[in-house]
Amino acid sequence: MVEREGIRRYVAHAVLWAGIAVVAFPVYLAFVASTQDNAAIANGQMSLLPGSHFLETYYRTIFVGTSGTTREPVGMMLLNSFVMAMSIALGKIAISILSAYAIVFFRFPFRMTVFWIVFITLMLPVEVRIYPTYKVAADLHLLDSYAGLALPLIASATATLLFRQFFMTVPDELLEASRIDGAGPFRFFKDTLLPLSRTNMAALFVILFIYGWNQYLWPLLITTRDDMQTIQVGIRKMIVTSDALTEWPVVMATSILAMLPPVAVVVLMQKLFVRGLVETEK
Amino acid sequence: MANVTLRNVRKTYPGGVEAIKGVDLEIGDGQFCVLVGPSGCGKSTLLRMVAGLETITSGEIDIGGRVVNAIEPADRDIAMVFQNYALYPHMTVYNNMAYGLRNRGMARPEIDRRVREAARTLEIGAMLDRKPKQLSGGQRQRVAMGRAIVRQPKVFLFDEPLSNLDAKLRIAMRVEIRKLQRRLNTTSIYVTHDQLEAMTLADILVVMNGGVVEQIGNPLAIYQKPATTFVAAFIGAPPMNLTPIDAAEATARQPDGTGAGGAILGVRPEDLALTDDAVPAGGIGYELTVEAIERVGAETFVYGTRSGAAAAVSANPGELPPGEIVVRLPGQSAPTIGARVRAVAPRDKLHLFSADGRNRLGG
Repeated sequence: MVEREGIRRYVAHAVLWAGIAVVAFPVYLAFVASTQDNAAIANGQMSLLPGSHFLETYYRTIFVGTSGTTREPVGMMLLNSFVMAMSIALGKIAISILSAYAIVFFRFPFRMTVFWIVFITLMLPVEVRIYPTYKVAADLHLLDSYAGLALPLIASATATLLFRQFFMTVPDELLEASRIDGAGPFRFFKDTLLPLSRTNMAALFVILFIYGWNQYLWPLLITTRDDMQTIQVGIRKMIVTSDALTEWPVVMATSILAMLPPVAVVVLMQKLFVRGLVETEK
Repeated sequence: MANVTLRNVRKTYPGGVEAIKGVDLEIGDGQFCVLVGPSGCGKSTLLRMVAGLETITSGEIDIGGRVVNAIEPADRDIAMVFQNYALYPHMTVYNNMAYGLRNRGMARPEIDRRVREAARTLEIGAMLDRKPKQLSGGQRQRVAMGRAIVRQPKVFLFDEPLSNLDAKLRIAMRVEIRKLQRRLNTTSIYVTHDQLEAMTLADILVVMNGGVVEQIGNPLAIYQKPATTFVAAFIGAPPMNLTPIDAAEATARQPDGTGAGGAILGVRPEDLALTDDAVPAGGIGYELTVEAIERVGAETFVYGTRSGAAAAVSANPGELPPGEIVVRLPGQSAPTIGARVRAVAPRDKLHLFSADGRNRLGG
């Protein structure tokens, strides 16, 4: 780092603090709102200090849900979101590490063609192919199921590419030593490649979990039952624009709850995550 | 223990590049065979074909009386030490050595016994719980050796195992490898581009160039009677002085007529002496202008240009430029740069090759 002198350093710090405030204040406000009485918020008399309804609001949010709009306990939504994000993250890692293994270490006809087809799907995100995907999912009776939530989002060109790049840095001699040591393709994968990919998998898991957690459009389409909806969809449904009164403390509590799992994943896996991004273990 | 026999082994890559152009080789039980040659001469390819890591286009490789062409590397009963060691980075030293044995379904106590014994032999007993990353280059080299030893294979294969070590360690490990191989009495094939390593380690030396074997034999025999100018220039440092001679002189030196088209005369740097005396009968004398002097302590190398020859650079790395002669003098005394000297060698120290360098003339 370049050491800055005098006033410039204070300016730099001021800018950083301003940035933090801009990002953190809405989160703080959401938390404060979730602990206030709904009437106070509706009247526009919300205090900037936490109120006294913390336990009450969060209990109601998690186990009961709103009284008017969705009526589904947020605990269920959290579970749905968690199952979906976990399935997507783990599924994507499993599928892409296997396909990258095939593409890098095996010689088969049309190997590069397969690779390019996978590569081209990068240009087709969920939103672009959403109608045909919905049709396929519906025909397979996947509507309102965990499989329907997760399966169509599992195929991943990005993760395949990432693993391919990593596998190409694995020295050929390691494979040859394994062959001489009597390890077949499966043993080499299990005993050598998987342990070496540990940090890569962790980094991918963090990214993919958050990707899955933040899905909105696909769960909105594929689920119709209240007990199958994810928290992202749930928040939206809680906010009413008609004459009924939005229960803002519950909405805010739900938002805070929706933020916690991704934060937890990042905090818990931070060490591995950073290593996976910067370090190549040799 | 086993013999290794190669019968007319060839390797052609898809696309038609011929890497190995027919090699015949017989390595006796317990012998240490060194394949030496410049980069790209096919020596590593040949070793990898013995290991089973490269397919064999035609010919046969026979290990211990069994043709192994179609046998998987793991089932050929060989162990290999790689140039970059190829240790499993995520496994401890112990597991690195035990891995191949476990894959073969060997019983735990037997694995433990073999690993500890190899560790004691190689003096890496204190490092069994460490990961390769925590070891120095020399220690990694030992672990790689250990991984080969615990297998108790019929054949050891070494692919330039010392080239990643610094010069001092390389010499120490070279001696250790030789001692170890003597003690275990396991047939070994060792690939190197370092002619000093080749000379010191080999029972049988195989000099390769461009996918063909130039000469096979005892290292000293090859040094004394190189079969081609390539071998003459490659084995020995500094290389043998080679000068073309015309048909008349060639015929005078080789009356049987094989030198009728001219020839190449070779003389080793240590066989030349600086003197004012006349050239001995049948010997050779060069009138030189001293261009450079290298003092390495026990000996001194004098580089001179023959009078009449234009200054030039060598066409190939490791070879002397045309017109340049190197003389090896014992001790530290040497003429001054720019001095004119005469270097002579007696007749029995001269080597004569055909004009294309492919054949040795006379004895």
